[in-house]
Amino acid sequence: MAVAADITPRESPKRRARNRALARFVRHRLALFGLGAIIVLVLLCAVGPYLWPYNDLRIDISHRFAVPFMSAHILGADALGRDLFARLMIAGRVSLTVGFAAMAISTVIGTLVGTVAGYFGGAVGSMLMRFVDAVLCFPSIFLLLALAAFVQPNLFTITLVIAATAWMEVARVVEAQIRSLRERDFALAARVLGASDAHIMFRELLPNAIAPIVVASTLNVARAILLEAYVSFLGYGIQPPTPSWGNMLNNAQEYLATAPWLALLPGLFIILAVTGFNFVGDGLRDALDPRLDIT
Amino acid sequence: MIRFLLRRLAQSLLLLWLVSVIGFAVLHLAPGGPLAEFTLIPGMTTAQLKLIAHQMGLDRPLPVQYWEWFRRMLVGNWGRSYRDSQPVLDVIASHLGPTLELMVSSTIIAILLGTWVGVLGAIRRYSVFDYLATVGAMIALSIPTFWFGLVVIYIFSVELAWLPAGNLYTIGNGSFVDYAVHLISPSIVLALVTIAIWSRYLRASMLEVVNQDYIRTARAKGMPERTILFRHTIRNALLPMITIAGLQLPTLLSGALVTETVFTWPGMGRLFLDSIGYRDYPVVMGILMFSAVLVLLGNLIADLLYAAADPRIRLD
Repeated sequence: MAVAADITPRESPKRRARNRALARFVRHRLALFGLGAIIVLVLLCAVGPYLWPYNDLRIDISHRFAVPFMSAHILGADALGRDLFARLMIAGRVSLTVGFAAMAISTVIGTLVGTVAGYFGGAVGSMLMRFVDAVLCFPSIFLLLALAAFVQPNLFTITLVIAATAWMEVARVVEAQIRSLRERDFALAARVLGASDAHIMFRELLPNAIAPIVVASTLNVARAILLEAYVSFLGYGIQPPTPSWGNMLNNAQEYLATAPWLALLPGLFIILAVTGFNFVGDGLRDALDPRLDIT
Repeated sequence: MIRFLLRRLAQSLLLLWLVSVIGFAVLHLAPGGPLAEFTLIPGMTTAQLKLIAHQMGLDRPLPVQYWEWFRRMLVGNWGRSYRDSQPVLDVIASHLGPTLELMVSSTIIAILLGTWVGVLGAIRRYSVFDYLATVGAMIALSIPTFWFGLVVIYIFSVELAWLPAGNLYTIGNGSFVDYAVHLISPSIVLALVTIAIWSRYLRASMLEVVNQDYIRTARAKGMPERTILFRHTIRNALLPMITIAGLQLPTLLSGALVTETVFTWPGMGRLFLDSIGYRDYPVVMGILMFSAVLVLLGNLIADLLYAAADPRIRLD
């Protein structure tokens, strides 16, 4: 929809143009905000623990349930008197690492499956894509729990498990792209010149499908951080005493009446990180896809 | 139409079979296995464990085990729970009610609110409301359901003490009002994501419809804007939403699991989580299969409904 007529025709074209520019600006600003949030969070989690005087694991029972902004524990302390800010920063390292690593793995798997399925098509392609469909029939949390419950939970296995439940969207996006690119003249030219299948797939076709992959994998970081939070909250993810934003919430419910900040703060960090990646992904989609009009 | 139905059914059955293979493989190739529970019993010897494995049929090759399970599943025998030896289908059935209640009530909330937000966003495109709705929807999609649940409990149960913090009903009070009051918080929590998705898609669908010729015709005949909106635009914009609703089922089921955990709601999601804790393979497998059936059935019904509602769609 290049020029979309508004429902209220009384609006002047001039005002509409101005408003559309405003829309672009706001959209852009959201992406910038997202990027800013990610950078701040990454820096905070990477450097913060070195500068902050409290250790995330140090128990100080005399300061248990310290209220935020009331003492040197600026964001308060948990049931064992461990400093919440220190825990949030270390937890951020865990959650962001899982998010990025799971994104990388799921992007590689999804791209491989999608490229092969899209390029070869036929029986191989439809078998691979039916497999993708079948995995998508499982509600993601169910599949995630079924996988996570049966592995020894640690940073590495949880990352793998999350990647195993998050690659399907990428595969679908890539498959559709490759299937249409395969029919273009430059692909035919490469084939006529005697290029191998691998060369055509990864050297000719894939570079032309980079934009949607970048968008999908940015959104996948957001998704992976959320999935880590879910599985850790439910008790099958990152195990205490190592904090993650998800597992910091799993006994917060008990203290909801007396220490609500224990539940509120980790959630706010999750939301900040996830909205950050979602805004950036959305901005990238607008920026990289010239056919898409901003709606 | 019949051909379409048959083909879709065949595709769905093939997918279900794949789902069963994947589910079975995931559960049985994983370390630990169904015997893990028994190894925890003090004084259990290796010989006894071997005997149990034999009695449970776990010492046979995996394909044989799969075939046995598959054959019985087809005739409705989904095995017995390792926990209490109840038939799996009975166990699932007894937990299905609360989950369906939750899903239905949250869907109603989501459709009403999402339609309002989506329609208003499309009518007042680029207005302040539209921006807030757009940004709000993206933030809503970034909020972990369990965290939103905790916030709702904190505000409405702890601080205001208006609503109960969980459970299906108050013990000793089985009145309808009591049930309904308990349903409010979890339904709102589960509805959040659906509201966001529904309003976004409906807004896009509305904007698509207003460009159609029949809207221009209606306007050219001098039909009042309000009538155009309600009789033509919204009605037509809602049609493709049937498909969206069908596609939302997996998300809704995932959300239900988390919501049920936060609100100690005795539904299928909690059953799944408990069964995983108990290494209750037959129930875990049963719920995986059951939810896949629900998802595929939902998509199929959505397609059929869409075709029934929109005479332009020909199924073949």
